[in-house]
Amino acid sequence: MKLLNYTTTYFAVILVFLLGIWALIFYFEILDEIYDSMDDGLDNQKMLVIRKARQDSITLKQRAFEDGNYIITPTSPDLARGFTDSYRDTLMFMENELEYEPVRLLESVFQQGGSFYKIKVVTSMVEEDDLQKELFFSLLWLYIGLILTIVLLNNFFQQKAWQPFYKLLRRLEKFSIEKDEEIKYEDTKIHEFQLLNKRIDHLLKKSVESYKSQKEFIENASHELQTPLAVSINKLELMAENADLSPNQMEELGIVLHSLERLTRLNKSLLLLSRIENRQFTEKEEINWNPLIKQIVSEFNDFAAHRKVEIILFEEVEIQNSGSKDLAGILVSNLLKNAIFHTPSGTTVEVKFTHNAIHFSNPGSSPLEKKKIFSRFKGTEKADATGLGLTISKAVAEKMDLKLIYNFTTEKHIFSIHF
Amino acid sequence: MKILIIEDEKDMRHNMQVTLEKEGFLVEPVASYQDAISKIGVYDYDCILLDITLPDGNGLEILKLLKEKGYSDSVIIVSAKDSLDDKVKGLELGADDYLPKPFHMAELHARVKAVLRRRKLNGSKLFEVSNVTIEIDSHLVKVNHRELELNRKEFDVLFYLCTNRDRLVSKSALAEHVWGDYIDQTDNFDFIYSQIKNLRKKLSDANAGIEIKAVYGIGYKLLVP
Repeated sequence: MKLLNYTTTYFAVILVFLLGIWALIFYFEILDEIYDSMDDGLDNQKMLVIRKARQDSITLKQRAFEDGNYIITPTSPDLARGFTDSYRDTLMFMENELEYEPVRLLESVFQQGGSFYKIKVVTSMVEEDDLQKELFFSLLWLYIGLILTIVLLNNFFQQKAWQPFYKLLRRLEKFSIEKDEEIKYEDTKIHEFQLLNKRIDHLLKKSVESYKSQKEFIENASHELQTPLAVSINKLELMAENADLSPNQMEELGIVLHSLERLTRLNKSLLLLSRIENRQFTEKEEINWNPLIKQIVSEFNDFAAHRKVEIILFEEVEIQNSGSKDLAGILVSNLLKNAIFHTPSGTTVEVKFTHNAIHFSNPGSSPLEKKKIFSRFKGTEKADATGLGLTISKAVAEKMDLKLIYNFTTEKHIFSIHF
Repeated sequence: MKILIIEDEKDMRHNMQVTLEKEGFLVEPVASYQDAISKIGVYDYDCILLDITLPDGNGLEILKLLKEKGYSDSVIIVSAKDSLDDKVKGLELGADDYLPKPFHMAELHARVKAVLRRRKLNGSKLFEVSNVTIEIDSHLVKVNHRELELNRKEFDVLFYLCTNRDRLVSKSALAEHVWGDYIDQTDNFDFIYSQIKNLRKKLSDANAGIEIKAVYGIGYKLLVP
């Protein structure tokens, strides 16, 4: 949920309750006020009628509401003595509407000329139903109006206020630690945002710094390892030429040499990876992928033949682009090696050109974990591989602005370079 | 043939000295920039193996000095810093080759010999071992003056082993040299065995006076029995 909608939702819910309670109170207050004023009116009318009756006794003969809004009937002194004025709601048949309508009625007694009379005064009443309906709709409109105003104003003001925040968010979204670029911060008067910018700047600088030093560390460590590795390998090579060694010792020596050579390859791969990530290989030249791949395939043919793997090349299209040829070679050879290395013996590795991609496929039984295969030392279980081949491929592809995608379809692992 | 090794790492220097002396070269090792400068000033060398990172100076400066003074010594840069920049810079300054550490002894021999071969302007481009003659430029191999038909890989293997005659050549050294830049990412070099097998058969069919001996677990050795 968006920050803006979040607060608006809260406002909407709270307003329903607040307005509801307020409407109830308001309704009863108003009703009370209306009754009050109606009763005052009735009282006043009663006085007028009584005064009129004192001047003109014919008024006392008013027995029906036809001529006015009152009736007067004689009553006994006993009844009159204990009588108090009463106001009540009742219904009365209205000629104009041909139905019963609610009226307010005042009943009272008065004395004139020794006799007691009962007087009933009526006044038409505001229809309560109508009042309720009116009130409800007024409140509804008020509610909608308020919500709309709040949403609009909220959006307007909040957006204005939160602008530095959203800008920062957008920039953070685009930020990538591998790319060597700084984040620009929006000038703001709001203290919290100033603090946020400052903290994020601090954090990012720290991360970039540690990322860089980590890269440098890997590169330096790899460099420093080269000489001791060279010394050990060469020493063993010289030692192996020693005729005094028994075949058994020779074999042991071979194993040590093999391990050291593996270490060398691993080291070289790490070095290559940090070099790619350190933005070397920036040269741009025309790369013709078809002959490049053909050449690399021919270099791998003996290796493949030894594993009883056939490499088939489908060159239906020509693909060219510009970039570093060295990187292109590294990318293709890693993918090809990976396919030859992991495919079961006796199967076929296919390299296929389509109009905007090159696919390397080999049969397999189950898909690989897409998230893991491109991470360091995650992709391989075979002891003979460095575990960096696909990581390097991914790094190269990113460096060359190509997309490297893995798919598993129809029992085949497919790595595709998309142009 | 005189070779100067400029390398600050003692064991590295020693290894290179031992292996090159075994190949019959006269080797002088020095450990520092200053020693190197004074040696170069006095003697002529056929080949200089030059480490770039020296404790008291940059190896590339030595190279610059050599070229400024017009010395004709061949220079092979030997560097642990396998960086493209250094390689390009070194070759631009006039180095003959660039060999990143770690390398195989067999590769060092091959590079040194290749550089020395190139120096001999009118020298023969022929390589002879026993009754086998290799014409380097035309990739021709003759046994007893009869041409031996080899494919490209077989030729490269044979030539590499001949350059390292009587020396142990490890499988990975051979694979990296013959099968190129990309193959070194593979970890299993058993595939070269079939090439060796074919080569052996062709050599023995032609009654060549050389023999490729397998050194179990490590590699091969070319012998003249």
